[in-house]
Amino acid sequence: MDPDLALLLNGIVSGLLLGGLYAAAAAGLAVSFGMLDIVNIAHPALMVAGAFAVVVISTATGIDPLLAAVLQAPLFWLVGAGLYSFYNRAFERRGDEALHGLAFFFGIMFIIEVLLVMYFGADQRFVEPPYAYVTWRLGDIDFPLRMLVPGAVAMAAIGALALFLKRSFAGRAIAGVAQDPEALRLLGIDPVRIKRLAFGISVALAGVAGGALVVVQPIDPWSGHVFIGRVFAICILGGMASLGGTVIAAFAFGVVENLTATFYGPSWSPAVAFGCLLLVLALRPQGLFGTAP
Amino acid sequence: MDSISRRALGAAVLAGAGLGAPTLAQPSGNPIRIGYSMSLTGGLAGNGRPSVVAHQIWAQDVNSRGGLLGRPVQLVYYDDQSSGAQVPGIYTKLLDVDRVDLVVSGYATAQIAPAMPIVMQRGMCFVSLLGAAVNNDFRYDRYFSINPIGGDMKENFAKGYFEIAARIEPRPRSVAILALDSDFPQRAAESARHHARRLGIRVVYDRSYPPTTVDFSPILRAIQAARPDIIFIASYPPDSNGLLRTAAELRVQSALFGGGLIGPQIASQKAQLGPILNNLVCWDVYAPEPTMQFPGVDSLLTRYREIAAREQTDLLGNYAPPLAYAQMQVLEQAVKRVGRLDQAALAADMHANEFDTVIGTLKFDALGEWVEERSLYVQYQGIRDGNLEQFRRAGTQVILYPERFRSGTFRSPYAPGGG
Amino acid sequence: MSEAALAAPPGLAAPPRGGHAVFWGGAALLAVALIAALRLLHNDYAWFAGYFILQYVVLASAWNLLGGYAGYVNFGAAGFMAAGAYTTIVLRKALGLDLLPCIAAAACVSGLLGLGMGWLTLRLRGVYFAIATLSLAVVLHTIIVNWDYVGGSRGAYVVPSRDTAPFVTHGEYVFVVMLVLAVLAVGIARMVEKSRLGLGLAAIRDDERAAEAAGVPTLRLKLIATTLSGALMGVAGAPLPHYSAYLNPEAAFSLAYGVNAIAMPLIGGAGTWAGPVIGALLLGTLQQAATVMISSALNLLVVGCVLVAFVALAPHGIIGLFRGARR
Repeated sequence: MDPDLALLLNGIVSGLLLGGLYAAAAAGLAVSFGMLDIVNIAHPALMVAGAFAVVVISTATGIDPLLAAVLQAPLFWLVGAGLYSFYNRAFERRGDEALHGLAFFFGIMFIIEVLLVMYFGADQRFVEPPYAYVTWRLGDIDFPLRMLVPGAVAMAAIGALALFLKRSFAGRAIAGVAQDPEALRLLGIDPVRIKRLAFGISVALAGVAGGALVVVQPIDPWSGHVFIGRVFAICILGGMASLGGTVIAAFAFGVVENLTATFYGPSWSPAVAFGCLLLVLALRPQGLFGTAP
Repeated sequence: MDSISRRALGAAVLAGAGLGAPTLAQPSGNPIRIGYSMSLTGGLAGNGRPSVVAHQIWAQDVNSRGGLLGRPVQLVYYDDQSSGAQVPGIYTKLLDVDRVDLVVSGYATAQIAPAMPIVMQRGMCFVSLLGAAVNNDFRYDRYFSINPIGGDMKENFAKGYFEIAARIEPRPRSVAILALDSDFPQRAAESARHHARRLGIRVVYDRSYPPTTVDFSPILRAIQAARPDIIFIASYPPDSNGLLRTAAELRVQSALFGGGLIGPQIASQKAQLGPILNNLVCWDVYAPEPTMQFPGVDSLLTRYREIAAREQTDLLGNYAPPLAYAQMQVLEQAVKRVGRLDQAALAADMHANEFDTVIGTLKFDALGEWVEERSLYVQYQGIRDGNLEQFRRAGTQVILYPERFRSGTFRSPYAPGGG
Repeated sequence: MSEAALAAPPGLAAPPRGGHAVFWGGAALLAVALIAALRLLHNDYAWFAGYFILQYVVLASAWNLLGGYAGYVNFGAAGFMAAGAYTTIVLRKALGLDLLPCIAAAACVSGLLGLGMGWLTLRLRGVYFAIATLSLAVVLHTIIVNWDYVGGSRGAYVVPSRDTAPFVTHGEYVFVVMLVLAVLAVGIARMVEKSRLGLGLAAIRDDERAAEAAGVPTLRLKLIATTLSGALMGVAGAPLPHYSAYLNPEAAFSLAYGVNAIAMPLIGGAGTWAGPVIGALLLGTLQQAATVMISSALNLLVVGCVLVAFVALAPHGIIGLFRGARR
């Protein structure tokens, strides 16, 4: 194959795989930020906490880290539900703007990071699943399993969530509470319970994303920082409440970053990616798949 | 303020005593207080915390030998959170409120430089740890640097690497240079460029990447596409790991691969990378080879490792701890020779004399850098897995440069993915 | 910002005048007293700790102009602050300019940044504006890192001169500069709050659509607020290279600035000029004290817990607590 073409195709493929990781990280936010309007800036920190939990479970029991991540999801759901109850009592019930919860979640982010440092130290942790060093090759195109498997698991989790939101009663209630909480009340459904369910799901997804993250790269307590900007940008790019939009935006982000790194130099990747976001916001503010404001 | 428990330290000192350090009369009187800031949290904590452990071992050593000038030494340090903005406040507090007797620096350029105006204003002696060219703009005559690279990083850093390259058959004609967007790696890359030009090796790829990079495959593919004969990389721990693992995945193969990668020196990285390290040629400051058995370094590392396991800092301690210990030894020996805490006299002594430390004999030039640079280039050889035991013994980290410390022969190529 | 340019919102009385002379006089007296008192301490630490807190007073007041008054959250405060800091570095290197002209230039540069970004995104919902500010910070960071003239990722040195007359030390000099800036910033915030601009912004915050319908020129007011807010944030960052003698992009764009810019007004009470001052004094002092007293990973834990507790128990900030108590 022509080397430049191989470079281009590999850039796209690796971008898509990277986008899979980004999608895992951003999917939970699509629920909490996109549907519930809660600016959970601690989401990447929760993801890192999930990653550390996976390290502990996986090294202790030998279970595959991604399996461990899925198994620990209910635990993270509980954490999310607890966080939401507190948030609801403290802010929403008083009728405050969602923005006041910002400082709250900043505080949560600090607390999580500090607890991680105090408990695990500053050094990096990692896991060693057997497929971590295997790469499938299709001609000149590489598919490292280190990225493919977490991405596939993330897609499965997101797909399951999408099905839940579309088909199940609770899922449709979640979609409804974003648009019209009053209507839900009229139907006899308590919007607070639904929101708690949804926020719990978003944190559970963060836990799963943590498993994906630690398979891709070793982690330390501050690993979440590089994701803060990215996940919010992807959420907005995808049109806020749309899970599918978020996934596609995540892929787009990954591809733009990697193609820039391949052909122009990695130094400019962040600027190009976020510059694209600014452009989209200027031209099509509802994101790629959102409804027009 | 001690984040290391007293019991742990006491146990370590007993172990040290068992290794032959005689216990003299107990020090008495007001303690001599040595103040500094150190990164206990944030991005630099990976090397900041081991440095503090080494300092505390030093303090216990000194006190068990009768103290400094007969008085016990006491370390007064604050966490600068890897943030340069905290440093001026910390040093003014140390000097004006805590009234410490002596100061040393924190770890890394970004934490050393902000303290300079303050220590200069008070004429304090300042021994710094692993800062690069900090004194070039300040030109302070009481500044001393514990940095094996010496004063001329552009000339000295990559010299060894390219000397190794020049001896490869057939002689390499092209090089790819990759560096993290940060102070030290950028300076390392500048040195690489300088030597490539000097030897007539063509630079076919020369780029930097940001610290937020998650996926390194596009970068390494672009390097492969440029078909370099040798590859020079300058990076920090999180990305060094990503780069090497990706190199294994992409089956990168090169006659000479490595450079200024900070990362493989750290225990947790060695454990994860294992055989991927084989034939990597890396800049380093210390390797447990027979040619580098300076007095005291073995005992220091043994005691350090006991504490490290408990306190969750770097388990091997080959990188920062010997240098941090040497930092304090310089101060100690100068104070002992001068006999009093006179900053001007101490500075004059430090410029005039040599120091015997756990990393060898040191002498400082006019700007406070080492007269004799001691950048090592080591090659990892014969690594089978991630077990850390093999790294405590000689033979896995062979020193290739400089000649006076050489302990093995060069192996080629670097082919982590099996080629 | 002339009053004539703003149409009075129909149905709203003109804002109450007065108190301006009292404020400026009182603030000036307080500042002079503070400097005199700190001089008596003969303690350089006081100047540096004071600078640390005062820079947050400026930053928080600046952020509040848009965030508290108008309800538009700026996630990228660090970007504006860094723009100010690097303006100082560039001008000093290129023209050898001293700090004071650099501050003026920083105000212009950051103000223009605010204007540009506002023009791009202020037509959108508040949350989009927030992400746009974050994106701007990332883009700026990348540009600075790749700009060799200011040192790129290697950082830049600003070696302070030995002669600091009429100030006792260099530390006092940067402190006094920041004190003056803080008084100015708070004064401007107060004037804005009590002016027609402030009323208009409050109307936007309460219900933007209703304000539009009532004839308030929302876009224009928002642009003015963004420009002013950006300019003041740049001003907060301009003396930073002189304070720390060495600045690299990582320090200039630090997450701490972005977080504190939001947290301090929220804790003190957004929507008033006094809230950011109280929040900055409280949280800034707490952080500085934690650095030199607890000094370990527990630092941030304390700050995080305080943040959570405060915001949960006092959602309208400390000002809100007082207002509630009075009722």
